[in-house]
Amino acid sequence: MSAIIAMSGVRKTYATGAIAVEALRGVDVRISEGEYVAIIGPSGSGKSTLMHILGCLDVPTEGHYSLAGRDVSDLEEAELAQIRNREIGFVFQQFNLLPDLTALRNVALPLVYAGVAAAERERRARVALERVGLADRADHRPGELSGGQQQRVAVARALVTEPSMILADEPTGNLDSVSSADVLGLFRELHVAGRTIVLITHENEIAAQAGRVLTIRDGEISENGVVEAGVRG
Amino acid sequence: MNWFETLRTAGDAVRSHRLRSLLTMLGIVIGISSVVLTVGLGLGAQDKVRDQIDALGSNLLIVSPGSSTGSGGVRGGFGSSSTLTLADAEALADKAVAPDVARVAPVTSTSASLTAGTTNWTSRLVGTTTTWEQVRARTLASGRFFTAKELASGANVVVLGADTSNELFSRGSPVGQTVTVNGATLTVIGVLDTSGATSDDSSEDDLAVMPITTAQRLSGSTSTSVSTVYVEAKSADTLSAAYQEVNAALLTAHGVTSAEADFSIATQDALLETANSTNKTMTILLAGIAAISLLVGGIGVMNIMLVSVTERVREIGLRKALGATPSAIRRQFLIEASLLGVSGGVIGVAIGVVGAIVLPSMIDQPVSISAPAIAAALGVALGLGVGFGVYPASRAARLTPIDALRSE
Ligand SMILES: Nc1ncnc2c1ncn2[C@@H]1O[C@H](COP(=O)(O)OP(=O)(O)O)[C@@H](O)[C@H]1O
Ligand SMILES: [Mg+2]
Repeated sequence: MSAIIAMSGVRKTYATGAIAVEALRGVDVRISEGEYVAIIGPSGSGKSTLMHILGCLDVPTEGHYSLAGRDVSDLEEAELAQIRNREIGFVFQQFNLLPDLTALRNVALPLVYAGVAAAERERRARVALERVGLADRADHRPGELSGGQQQRVAVARALVTEPSMILADEPTGNLDSVSSADVLGLFRELHVAGRTIVLITHENEIAAQAGRVLTIRDGEISENGVVEAGVRG
Repeated sequence: MNWFETLRTAGDAVRSHRLRSLLTMLGIVIGISSVVLTVGLGLGAQDKVRDQIDALGSNLLIVSPGSSTGSGGVRGGFGSSSTLTLADAEALADKAVAPDVARVAPVTSTSASLTAGTTNWTSRLVGTTTTWEQVRARTLASGRFFTAKELASGANVVVLGADTSNELFSRGSPVGQTVTVNGATLTVIGVLDTSGATSDDSSEDDLAVMPITTAQRLSGSTSTSVSTVYVEAKSADTLSAAYQEVNAALLTAHGVTSAEADFSIATQDALLETANSTNKTMTILLAGIAAISLLVGGIGVMNIMLVSVTERVREIGLRKALGATPSAIRRQFLIEASLLGVSGGVIGVAIGVVGAIVLPSMIDQPVSISAPAIAAALGVALGLGVGFGVYPASRAARLTPIDALRSE
C-alpha cells in the first residue's frame, strides 16, 4: 500500500513576540491509501496545527511533508491552493457552508476553483449529494437544513473533487448524538468504499471509530492504535 | 475560476446585500449623473452660441469702430460710430483693394418707435445696402428686399423682421401696408424669415431694415458713419486673406498704423471663442464639483468593500481552503467593486439622461447628451470601481486561510 501522507521531522514554531511556542516538535506520520486514522489529543496539544499542515493550509517550520507523492513542505500560497483543491476534502466543525448558496452550489464550489465547466460541476455535485443521501435537498440553502444535514452537505463537498484524503476537524463537535452517529456512519461507509480519512477529535468514542489512532501530546505524536478487525479485510 | 463564474459570484454578493449595494453606489450615481448633466449643459450652451453665430452668415468678418486692443487709449466709444464710415465700406467693396472680399454690407443701427395704425412697437432700425440680405444670409418670408434704385433715392420702403411684423400687423399680410417712423411713412415691401438662431434676445428677428440713405434721413443726421460693416469673404479658405486686405485697406484709409487702429475686425470663430470662454469656465467649475462627488463616491465604494472583506473573512478562508488562489480572491473582490461602480454608473447615466430631457423645459437651457459623453461616464464609473477596489481586494487576497477560518 502506498503512503498518501509521509511526514518526517515536522516542527512548527509560532513566534509570538519574544516567546516562541513550539506547537509541533518533530512529528513523523505515515498514512496509507484507504486508511481511516483518528488523531486524538487534549486541548492545546497541537491537533489544529497538525491539521493545518496536513491540509496544506500552512507549511512546517522544519521537516518534510509529502502528500500523494509530492513534497509540499515549502510551496507558494497559489500552489498550496491547487493542492488543497485536488488532494484534500475538508470537513470542519463549523460546517462552513456559504449561506447564500444552495446545497448544490455549495457542493460544487471546489469544482469552480478546479476549472470544471458548469454542466459537469452540477452533475458531479448531484452525484456527491446523492452519495450522502441529500439528493432531494439540492436546492435548499444551509439555513433550511438541520445541523446534521449541513454537515452531510459539507461531506459531499469534501468528496466532490475525488480527493486523496478527507480531512475532518472535530466534525461532530457541533452535532447532537443522532446527527453525530449519522455523520460517523457516513465516514465509515466512505472508508469501506476505499477512501482515505483523517479525523481529528478529542473524544475517545469517536476516535474508536477509526482503524488506527494516533495520540498527540505536547506536539509529539505516538501510535496507540487499536486495529479494528473486520473493517478493512 | 473563469471570469464568468467570478462575475456570477460578484453578482450574487451584490444582490444578497441589495440595500447596502445601492447605498454604496449612491455616491457614484450622484457623481455620474451630475457630470453627465453639467457636461450636457456646457455643450448645450456651446451649441446654442454656435447656432447664433452661424446665423450671422458665413465666412463673415465683422468690422466695428474703436480699437479692440485698446492700446494707446484710442478706443472709440462703441456705437458712437465716429471712426467707420460709408466711404470705408465702399473702399472695401473695391475688387482692386480687397480681391478676396465677395460682398460688403455697412449697417447703421438705431432704436425707434414704429406705428402701424394704432399699434406702437419699438424696434431696431437697420439702415444698410442691398447686399445685406446675402451677407447676413437672410431670406424673405414674403415680399422683396429693396433695390439699388431705392437705395440711391432713399425711398420710403422697409423690410420687417418676423417678430416686428407680428407685433405691428397681427393679421393680414403686412406687405403693401405702411408704418410711420419719426413722422415719415414707409411702405412695407417685405418680411424676413426668422433668423434660425434660438436666441433669448430676439433682436435678429425684431428689426426694420431700410436703405441706409432712408435711415440717415429719418434720423436727421448728415453723418456718414456706420455702426458695423459686415464683410463676406469669397470662401472659408480666403477668410484670412480677406481679413488681411480689409485690415490693410482700413489702416491706409484712416492713415494710422496698426498700433493706432481705430477699428476692430472680428471673425465668427473669434466671437465663438469669446462667447464660449465664459461658458467653459462655468462648465469646468461645475464639472470639477461633480468630479469631487465622484471621488467621494469612489471612497464610499472602497469603504464598504473594506467592511465587506472584514465581514466575509470566513467566506474568504473557506474559498481559500477549497482551492481559491490569492489571485482568484483578488479578482472576485475587484469584480465586485467594478460591478458596484458600473451599476452606479448606469443608474447615474439614466438619471442624467432623464434630467437632460426634463431640465431644458424647466430652466430654458438646452442640454446636449452625446454617446461619447455617456461612454466616458461609464468608463469613469468602471475606473472608480476598479481603482477603489484594488486595495480592499488585495487585503482579501492576503488573508491566510487559517486566520480566516479561525475567526468565529
Ligand atoms: N497562531 C498561533 N500563534 C501562536 N501560538 C499558537 C498559534 N496557534 C497555536 N498556537 C499554540 O500552539 C499550541 C498548539 O495549539 P493547537 O494546534 O491549536 O492545539 P489544539 O488544536 O490541539 O488545541 C498551543 O500552545 C497554542 O497556544
Ligand atoms: Mg484546536
